Amino acid sequence: MKRRHFIKNTVLGTTASILASDIVFSSAIPSGYVPIAFQEPDPYTLFGKDKEMTSLNNKPWNIEAKAHLLDDKITPNKYMFIRNNGIIPKNIDVSKWVLTIDGESVTKSKSYSLADLKAKFKQNTYQLTLECGGNGRSEFNPPAKGNQWTTGAVSCAEWTGIRLKDILEDVGIKSNAVYIGYHAADTHLSGDPEKEPISRGVPMHKALQDETLLAFEMNGEDIPLAHGYPLRLVVGGWPASASGKWVNRISVRNKIHDGTKMKAPAYRVPCKPVAPGETVKDEDMCIIESMPVKSLITYPKTGAMIKKGKQLNIRGHAWAGELVVKAMEYSIDFGSTWKSCDIENPVNRLAWQHFKASVNFPKKGYYEVWARATASNGVSQPMLVPGWNPKGYLNNACHRIAVIVK
Amino acid sequence: MDYKLFTKRVKHIYKYLFVLFAALTIGSSGLIYKILNPSFLSFSEEDNTETYTNAEEFDNIENNIHVATGFKDDEGLQLVIANCTSCHSAQLVTQNRATKEGWLSIIRWMQETQNLWDLGNNEAIIVDYLAKNYAPEKKGRRQALQQIEWYDLED
Repeated sequence: MKRRHFIKNTVLGTTASILASDIVFSSAIPSGYVPIAFQEPDPYTLFGKDKEMTSLNNKPWNIEAKAHLLDDKITPNKYMFIRNNGIIPKNIDVSKWVLTIDGESVTKSKSYSLADLKAKFKQNTYQLTLECGGNGRSEFNPPAKGNQWTTGAVSCAEWTGIRLKDILEDVGIKSNAVYIGYHAADTHLSGDPEKEPISRGVPMHKALQDETLLAFEMNGEDIPLAHGYPLRLVVGGWPASASGKWVNRISVRNKIHDGTKMKAPAYRVPCKPVAPGETVKDEDMCIIESMPVKSLITYPKTGAMIKKGKQLNIRGHAWAGELVVKAMEYSIDFGSTWKSCDIENPVNRLAWQHFKASVNFPKKGYYEVWARATASNGVSQPMLVPGWNPKGYLNNACHRIAVIVK
Repeated sequence: MDYKLFTKRVKHIYKYLFVLFAALTIGSSGLIYKILNPSFLSFSEEDNTETYTNAEEFDNIENNIHVATGFKDDEGLQLVIANCTSCHSAQLVTQNRATKEGWLSIIRWMQETQNLWDLGNNEAIIVDYLAKNYAPEKKGRRQALQQIEWYDLED
């Protein structure tokens, strides 16, 4: 036989693994591992996602949209990207769900049931832009490790919940509070119960904004399981990793939160610009706060062929992290000339803004329509991939679609 | 019966018995585990993962690709499957590109922070497989648009 079959099995070792080869160093593999190679789940029915969504990774689940799928003003669940760091919690019993607020900087830690939260505090609804810090990573050169997101790890859904600042006020926080950090019910990929897959947070000034929510609803319904049911922290305009899912504890810290994926190099970029491929020391990496200015052409889908003389109506969304987009332009000549688009004001702070324009083409041929947003501070999107960083974050290069006029 | 045929049949029976034995072992140990841990396997609806029980189906290679995982078929494939897909999917590997040094540093990071075990002498084989089959391409500062599906846009 070419390969020996090998069974790793102990009486209490959950499921034994049958592999088509030896597991070398099997003694070093903790019992309970089942190689993912044996699993074949369908994410589309599992999470109610559209078949056109791209699954980048099935353990942990990471699924992204394509630009044209994000055409809705409010992103429906079926087109919302999933970025998970660990395993989605199982057997959630909402009647027993408890949120605890603790940490060095609370006067006394306090716990609430979901019913308490809903009854005791005023509920608010906002449209909030959530974009993965690594959206666009696939374009970096040299490549950065991780999920190779293209353009679709962004959404703007309508979130309903209570303000984090209201509950923090109810608990009572000390004047030395610096940061909040969330803890959640998801579990680590390795199965190690001591490890948290992710536990990030934001500084107090962000935590206390009106739009920072502890949400129970997305688009008027219970939050879908993959997006944090039954309770999610929603921090619009910042890397979506700050918006902890399945949250059951929030710690008010007297220092920058030091949970998993708060430390370098995760969700950090070089404090000073570096050359592509340069090694950057951990202490020279700074935490990403507001996401940069960016936009997407969501209509038409790239690859449109139109007849000569026809006007092309384009539309899409633009957003700028903590800021507002003040101008939106398009170019059909690779940035030689720019024309302005109509851009709407945001429905509320931190919601993406909708733009549209009617494009005329001078003659037959291949064109690319490029879109460029400018934030209220005067900063625009670059046409090239922006400054290289070791983890491939914050690619806000102009989005473009291909068009043929015939 | 000629010797070859005999050997073939014995191998066949051996494989069959092996799978049967494996199934029984898993079943019985699972049962004992279930008795001791009643919550085991009480999955909620979202977990509908399937398991390959047929080892031969799992071994299928088409167009130089290992069908079940998507890995390229090359020396070290089985080691990569065994060691790299316990915690995360094969996709997390196949969508990434790195040099030998790059793959090694990813392995070190997983060992330091993600409970990856010591790969021993297999490390070199695994790193060679990855660096050869998933090497970085020079992309420049902005690539041309690729894989465009052209369609007629009517009003």
